[in-house]
Amino acid sequence: MMLLPCPWCGPRNAGEFKYAGEGGARPDPATTTPEEWRRYLYFHANTRGWVTESWYHGAGCRRWLVVERHTLTHEVRGVRDAVQVAREGTR
Amino acid sequence: MTSTNGNGNGHRNGRVRGYSAWSLLRHGLSRSEWPRAWHDRELRPSYDAVIIGGGVHGLATAYYLAKNHGMTNVAVLDRSYIGGGGSGRNTSILRSNYLTPEGVRFYDRSVKLYEHLAADLNFNVMFSQRGHLTLAHNDASMRTMAWRTEVNKLQGVESEVIGPDEVKELVPYLDTSAETRYPILGALYHPPGGVVRHDAVVWGYARAADAHGVHIHQKTEVTGIDVERGRVTGVQTTRGRIATPVVLNATAGWSSLISDMAGVAMPVQTFPLQAAVTEPVRPFLDTVVVSGTLHVYVSQSDRGELVFGASVDPFASYSMRGSLEFTEGIAGHVLELMPALAKMRLLRQWAGLCDMTPDYSPIMGPTPVEGFYVDVGWGTYGFKAGPVSGEAMAACLAEEKPPEIISAFGLDRFLSGRLVGEKGAAAVGH
Repeated sequence: MMLLPCPWCGPRNAGEFKYAGEGGARPDPATTTPEEWRRYLYFHANTRGWVTESWYHGAGCRRWLVVERHTLTHEVRGVRDAVQVAREGTR
Repeated sequence: MTSTNGNGNGHRNGRVRGYSAWSLLRHGLSRSEWPRAWHDRELRPSYDAVIIGGGVHGLATAYYLAKNHGMTNVAVLDRSYIGGGGSGRNTSILRSNYLTPEGVRFYDRSVKLYEHLAADLNFNVMFSQRGHLTLAHNDASMRTMAWRTEVNKLQGVESEVIGPDEVKELVPYLDTSAETRYPILGALYHPPGGVVRHDAVVWGYARAADAHGVHIHQKTEVTGIDVERGRVTGVQTTRGRIATPVVLNATAGWSSLISDMAGVAMPVQTFPLQAAVTEPVRPFLDTVVVSGTLHVYVSQSDRGELVFGASVDPFASYSMRGSLEFTEGIAGHVLELMPALAKMRLLRQWAGLCDMTPDYSPIMGPTPVEGFYVDVGWGTYGFKAGPVSGEAMAACLAEEKPPEIISAFGLDRFLSGRLVGEKGAAAVGH
């Protein structure tokens, strides 16, 4: 079991959340080549260590969250609301 | 009893002594120690090829390199002990009833190699072709089963869709009534499928490769890959540098990490997959039972334990810890299928790492770095493909081009968009 400290709901079981993974800057579909698009879709850093990723609290506040998590130890360093992160531009 | 040579492993001039009924009887009566099946060798400063990962894929590649292509100056490196990764953590199910013609051909070759593996390696791998049932609980699954059956038949692989009555006949303990939450509407029956003793496959390949002169180095972790002007020149290990023109990444759970060392990006995400066994009971289940809808597969081992596997965990991770969610989930799903098991107790659970690719097919062949090859991205289907992967990767390394049977599985397919979609047949979690 892994607890994620939701900024709105407090510490909750990871099972309440939907994992959406690493993410990254999405290329502009209007100008990108098919090859660049596929690189964006398919290739992942697949980091063994600290990652910044997206989770969705579907069984709670239904907010998108930005989670800093260690992929080997499952430690969680910080959870922030994705909208706030986007506003502050601090991801 | 003394051994026949100085190092106590029973080998004479590098030749392996065959196992036979007579040697079993002799050792049984004399109560003497069995000789070690492979050597610990000195690490050479250079090899013709270095294989990273001492699992069934790496060891099989080494064996076929020596046997089929006469390349014996080969080292297999493992950071831990051989067979300690995916090869020792899978649920040992073999089958070839896939969805794409490329997949069916490939896995069928593997089943064929497994059928003769015990004789080929002179090592009992206990392959039990007990039949494999994939249950369908809804119309969509029935349609996929019919599709798979037709693709399988076209490739000469035995598969058929059967109804609930035939399912009940094969597995009397299954609840095939219409009152369950997910009633069984039918199944894809695949008679050549079955289970094999996975450790024996690893040890058999290790022994046979060693007998051909291949070096197996355990507790030898690769810490870097040397690339000069786009070409592999060697690997850095915790025991020193090895010069080599050919490196194969045959790891699972480390596909991205090893490939990163050579500067090659991988379309892979690593997820744990958990499995469990129960306490042993008398034999009652003589087929492999799989349910995609319930995310579970069940078989009974030769020791009588029920082996349960599930889909991968819901988030990417390199951790091999078990979780309570898995235990609860698998217990509920198994009981949905076989309510009579309610009083069985779980003995242990474990996890292995699965390198998932976008299309649920592996990544095999050359990379943009000359001399650096990959046999990775084995998701949840790596063990069953061990022999054919070894055979094909050996040909690929020796002839410097991928053989026809793996030509669809190249790394370049992800940028060109020619994916080999196997999700409908390769995993239970969809």
